[in-house]
Amino acid sequence: MQELSTTRNNHLIDPSLHVWGWEIPVYLFIGGLVAGIMIISGYFVLKGQYKKNVFSCFHLPHISLALLSLGMLALFLDLEHKRYVWRLYTTFQVTSPMSWGAWILVLVYPALFLNTLIRIPEPFRNRIKLFDRLSERINQHPFAIKNIGVMNMLLGTLLGMYTGVLLSSFGARPLWNSAMLWMLFLVSGLSSAAAFVHLIARDTFERELLAKADNGFLTLELFVFGGFISGLLTSTRVHQEAAMTILTGSYAPGFWVFVIGLGILIPLLIQLLAVNHKVRHSPVAPIMVIAGGLLLRIILVAAGQDTHWTLASFPGN
Amino acid sequence: MNVISRRRFLKISGVTAGVAAAGAGVLKGSQLLSSSDVMKSQGMQRIPTFCDICFWKCGAIATVKDGKLWKIEGNPEDPLSRGRLCPRGTGGIGAHFDPDRLRAPLIRRNDRGKEEWVEVTWDEALDFIAVKMQAIKKSYGPESIAFFSHGIGGNFFKHTLKAFGTPNISAPSFAQCRGPRDVGFRLTFGEDVSSPERTDISNAQCLVLMGSHLGENMHNTQVQEFAEGVGKGATIIVVDPRFSVAASKAKHYLPIKPGTDLALLLAWMNVIVKEELYDKEYVKRYGFGFEQFAASLAEYTPAWAYVETGIEPERIVETAREMARFKPSTLVHPGRHVTWYGDDTQRSRAIALLNALLGSWGRKGGFYTPASMDVPAYPYPDYPKPVRGKVDNPDHRYPFAHETITNGIREATITGKPYPVKGWFVYATNLLHALPNEEETIHAIQNLDLLVVIDVIPSEIAGWADVVLPESVYLERHDDLNVEWFREPFIGLRQPVVESPHDQKPNWWMAKRLAEKLGLGHFYPWKTIEEYFEQRLSAGGYSLETLKKQGIIRGAKQPIYFDEGVPAEFPTPSGKIEFFSLQLAQAGFDPVPRYTRPPAGPPGSFRLLYGRAPVHSFSRTQSNRILSDMMDENEVWINADIVRRYGLKDGEYIRLKNQDNVISNRIKVKATERIRPECVYMVHGFGHTAKGLKHPFMKGASDAQLLTRYSVDPLMGGTGMNVNFVTIEPEATHG
Amino acid sequence: MARFGMVIDTAKCVGCMDCVVACKTENNVPEGFNRDWITTEVHGTFPTVQMEIRSERCNQCATPPCVYSCPTGASHVHDVGGIVLVTKEECIGCKACIASCPYDARFIHPEGYADKCTFCIHRVEAGMDPACVAVCPTHCMHFGDLDDPNSPVSKLLASRKHHSLMPEAGTQPSIFYLT
Ligand SMILES: Nc1nc2c(c(=O)[nH]1)N[C@H]1C(S)=C(S)[C@@H](COP(=O)(O)OP(=O)(O)OC[C@H]3O[C@@H](n4cnc5c(=O)[nH]c(N)nc54)[C@H](O)[C@@H]3O)O[C@H]1N2
Ligand SMILES: Nc1nc2c(c(=O)[nH]1)N[C@H]1C(S)=C(S)[C@@H](COP(=O)(O)OP(=O)(O)OC[C@H]3O[C@@H](n4cnc5c(=O)[nH]c(N)nc54)[C@H](O)[C@@H]3O)O[C@H]1N2
Ligand code: SF4
Ligand code: SF4
Ligand code: SF4
Ligand code: SF4
Ligand code: SF4
Ligand SMILES: [Mo]
Repeated sequence: MQELSTTRNNHLIDPSLHVWGWEIPVYLFIGGLVAGIMIISGYFVLKGQYKKNVFSCFHLPHISLALLSLGMLALFLDLEHKRYVWRLYTTFQVTSPMSWGAWILVLVYPALFLNTLIRIPEPFRNRIKLFDRLSERINQHPFAIKNIGVMNMLLGTLLGMYTGVLLSSFGARPLWNSAMLWMLFLVSGLSSAAAFVHLIARDTFERELLAKADNGFLTLELFVFGGFISGLLTSTRVHQEAAMTILTGSYAPGFWVFVIGLGILIPLLIQLLAVNHKVRHSPVAPIMVIAGGLLLRIILVAAGQDTHWTLASFPGN
Repeated sequence: MNVISRRRFLKISGVTAGVAAAGAGVLKGSQLLSSSDVMKSQGMQRIPTFCDICFWKCGAIATVKDGKLWKIEGNPEDPLSRGRLCPRGTGGIGAHFDPDRLRAPLIRRNDRGKEEWVEVTWDEALDFIAVKMQAIKKSYGPESIAFFSHGIGGNFFKHTLKAFGTPNISAPSFAQCRGPRDVGFRLTFGEDVSSPERTDISNAQCLVLMGSHLGENMHNTQVQEFAEGVGKGATIIVVDPRFSVAASKAKHYLPIKPGTDLALLLAWMNVIVKEELYDKEYVKRYGFGFEQFAASLAEYTPAWAYVETGIEPERIVETAREMARFKPSTLVHPGRHVTWYGDDTQRSRAIALLNALLGSWGRKGGFYTPASMDVPAYPYPDYPKPVRGKVDNPDHRYPFAHETITNGIREATITGKPYPVKGWFVYATNLLHALPNEEETIHAIQNLDLLVVIDVIPSEIAGWADVVLPESVYLERHDDLNVEWFREPFIGLRQPVVESPHDQKPNWWMAKRLAEKLGLGHFYPWKTIEEYFEQRLSAGGYSLETLKKQGIIRGAKQPIYFDEGVPAEFPTPSGKIEFFSLQLAQAGFDPVPRYTRPPAGPPGSFRLLYGRAPVHSFSRTQSNRILSDMMDENEVWINADIVRRYGLKDGEYIRLKNQDNVISNRIKVKATERIRPECVYMVHGFGHTAKGLKHPFMKGASDAQLLTRYSVDPLMGGTGMNVNFVTIEPEATHG
Repeated sequence: MARFGMVIDTAKCVGCMDCVVACKTENNVPEGFNRDWITTEVHGTFPTVQMEIRSERCNQCATPPCVYSCPTGASHVHDVGGIVLVTKEECIGCKACIASCPYDARFIHPEGYADKCTFCIHRVEAGMDPACVAVCPTHCMHFGDLDDPNSPVSKLLASRKHHSLMPEAGTQPSIFYLT
């Protein structure tokens, strides 16, 4: 029998870490969603779909701008020393994923903005001369448009990866300690984005296409999950214990029911039926996917904070 | 009964030692000063004083920054603290900032115990008290007022009450604490162990701790010396039903069945005598009645003791030999809070006898002879001679009690015999936590015409008072000089470091004012307390200025062992170490300790044990926010196996019910391998029920509340309190 | 280059928490927070029990993930002795450093910035021991330069068995526990 006790009882640290509540998962989720959207809309732009008045090209960029700002707001709300937030931009810390994230966002905004300029949304047209002129210029150069597409896809990928790398860089939290996490978050971001477009697109072709893509992303996500978990399970005992918190521990019900079941398997099934025209397309599946994506972040952020290296000093607990 | 009670420690005459001390001290003192000059420029002041979070009286230096108290540290010049305070001392500044403090004098305005008050002025409060006192004096005589007091702060009230004419002055440190030990040692060596204990822990090569849980019990110098011993590789033997912190440092941990220590002691002595391992020359030279003593040990074999104590005979023999190997530098620690089972004086005497066999009394690594500086008492007028004797111990029922028995006063207050007690003054002792059986204390209080409580926080006892007098905490006041008896003699000064935040006053001011209102002003010929210090110090040849600057005046080192020239004298009736005690035999007690098995508890119950946590003092520190931040509530230690069998979980709340159906406040389970399965343990002082103690109110459980039974020591009247048994009650049924 | 460290003798430590209290008062650590704390590890079955008591705090890691994860550079390694410090005016309170510390040594000060043990740099630079070391009644804590082979801390490490906390986490702690 072993007893381990500590007199430390710090607010938000003990008995287990919970420095991050809903804000960071929301931020990570929106970051992933926007990343996915950027990849999708970038892809559509690249493929010349912007000529066809496709929803993805037409509406996604400015919706992303709004979403991203919402995500940034969530991040800002989480900061405890808010009036110093500008400190993020007086330095670049190479070793800090958060610093990378801050600067990536500096690039993401203009990329999205340029994407918006390809077709300025109706209410904003003919308002600001400069924008209208820029938009005209861009539209005169198909090459530039292609580059904007590529830039959006690239930065989207970086952003999506970043949301996972941020967590996996915290060596102190064994659950996050996986090289698969960036892939997981990227793929999950893509599936949420696909579901999102699926949900709000008007064009049936586009919807059909995205439902199919989403099925692909969801299937891929399952594989990545498999890799993520088996990676932990084949690592040290500390990592095995960490994996157990979501597999069998207190986060297991949430994980299995909401993330895997309602967030991936069931919508996958529904959409498979839908693309094979066994059932009609409905918002149910995409909503489940999006909610699943959010819950994935919430559960991983919470469970990760609960995992710890302390066990390492307890052989054969 | 004629008990010899000469205090025969060395007293050194002031002037020469003072000069020597000044020589040594001035340099350090000026260092202290020069550093404080630097600090002053940064808005900092360093003021020496001594700590009052317990009764060890460590010398300290407080730092005040921009007029605000910042921190308190040990005074390097002080032999007790050696420059380092214990955690309670370090956190002592929390007493000054405590938001729960009493702020103004209070007079009760509803039934006793309802804790409803009117705030009054000091004059109103003291006039009220003086009038009541005169009335009691008129109807019952001045002896009908009793004083309960703990610590040096009570000295001036003692003076006022003696001047008023009462002999009934008591402290829980006798009958609830070290009384049996001091009586046991007196009966054997003719002298007390006293406080600070004259134990030479740092030089002991073998240290035996029987329940003394040093490291949790934080009496500073002892803990420091204990750690020194551990560092030097001393052989440590710990006897405790609980795997204490000290046990974790021990070479031999003996997990004894509670209440059977005397059996172990007798068996150890049996081995040491039978194997002739004792210090023969010492015993021959200084011992009295050794033959009879040796003969009476024959029946107490290790095999016999095994049945009683649960400790294997081989381990008893092995540890006995280990003790003998290091004699005379083997110290069997006499303990301090020894009022456990009611046979405590005889157990303490057995400890004394074991030390005598090992020749450790008067020897290096055993018990040294303390010395003190010669600072004469203030030349007050003689006190009036009480017409009646003390009320606590009629007909010398407890023939060997050499101090007043608190519970004796309580009993007299209930019965009115030998004469009625109608007024209590209570200074710095929370009687409801300190005395076993709360009900009796409350019963006694209900018989009073006047209960005055002088406290710093609204404690449980203050809740029952007619008048509550709010005192300045130790950091805000002067107290009497500490003329310490110690390994090296010294004088310590307590002086204010910061001002009191509200209308609190120091005890000397209250006691003096009260005396004046009682027409006893001539007992206070001095105007300010500094005048009082000046008078005493200059009579001894010391300077108040130096003392104020340094906080400490040290005397020259004195011989402290027999080898160094301390005369080997034993003020017992025989003038020797009494292995066999005629005075005990004459009084009808066992002249050599005999063992009786402690009565078992009801089936399915656990013996309730209690002790100290390093960050709290009794029931007085739980509202100190710095210390409560370290430990906010106590837990009940239960053997992990039992916890499993009861289907409980570590950290879960339960309640304890004692044999008399008293149910505790809720308390967390600590499931642990560190305790025997037949007992449970908790830290004393929690579970406060006084409404004014906002922060600690109902946090944790009170051991005192569960101690409805106590077993009185027939030799000296102390209250053995480890005789209560509890069962485990689920919290849900009481939530 | 000096590298400050602590060597703590668990054989002597009694777990009294004086080090914790002293840190509180010295550094005005607010109620509800501790920069240092006591961990007790108990092994065995009654009465054959072993117990190690440790006074713990930020390990002042030589490879400090908290510094690596800080996006603003508020968490940094100080020039003197390799002490890891936080500049409160640069800290945005993002808590990345907290999440990255395997020892949970940090917390958010009620004023919003990340806080933790500073090795009492204000005392050390004035030639004094840290408050916790200076107060310890058992003298079980030692502070000094780990890079100087003649320092008392280095000598203790050379002569006694010791361990550090979670070496697997790869942070290279500067606090060592003698056993
Ligand atoms: N931190 C702190 N330190 C203090 C104090 C404080 O309030 N706080 N108070 C001071 C004062 S005045 C006193 S008197 C001392 C008291 O401290 P000590 O005299 O050292 O100890 P006790 O309180 O008598 O006993 C508690 C220990 O005895 C063990 N014990 C219980 N029953 C038995 C038994 O039958 N046999 C044996 N061998 N052991 C048993 C318990 O498990 C526990 O470890 O502490 C002093 N030091
Ligand atoms: N159940 C149980 N009973 C015990 C013990 C136990 O362990 N368990 N231990 C026993 C022992 S060893 C002892 S020594 C006694 C100790 O018994 P007490 O000395 O009575 O100890 P406390 O319970 O701390 O009560 C001290 C009271 O003094 C007040 N006080 C503190 N500072 C000051 C001050 O500066 N001025 C004034 N006027 N008041 C102040 C506190 O607020 C508190 O109300 O208890 C004994 N009784
Ligand atoms: S032992 Fe601790 S509480 Fe007692 S006087 Fe010394 S420092 Fe103060
Ligand atoms: S002050 Fe010293 S003995 Fe006490 S807990 Fe801290 S390190 Fe251990
Ligand atoms: S212990 Fe934690 S806070 Fe301290 S240096 Fe190491 S990683 Fe950073
Ligand atoms: S909380 Fe402050 S110190 Fe910590 S990583 Fe964020 S900015 Fe850096
Ligand atoms: S070194 Fe200073 S800041 Fe660090 S734990 Fe010790 S006292 Fe606190
Ligand atoms: Mo005591």
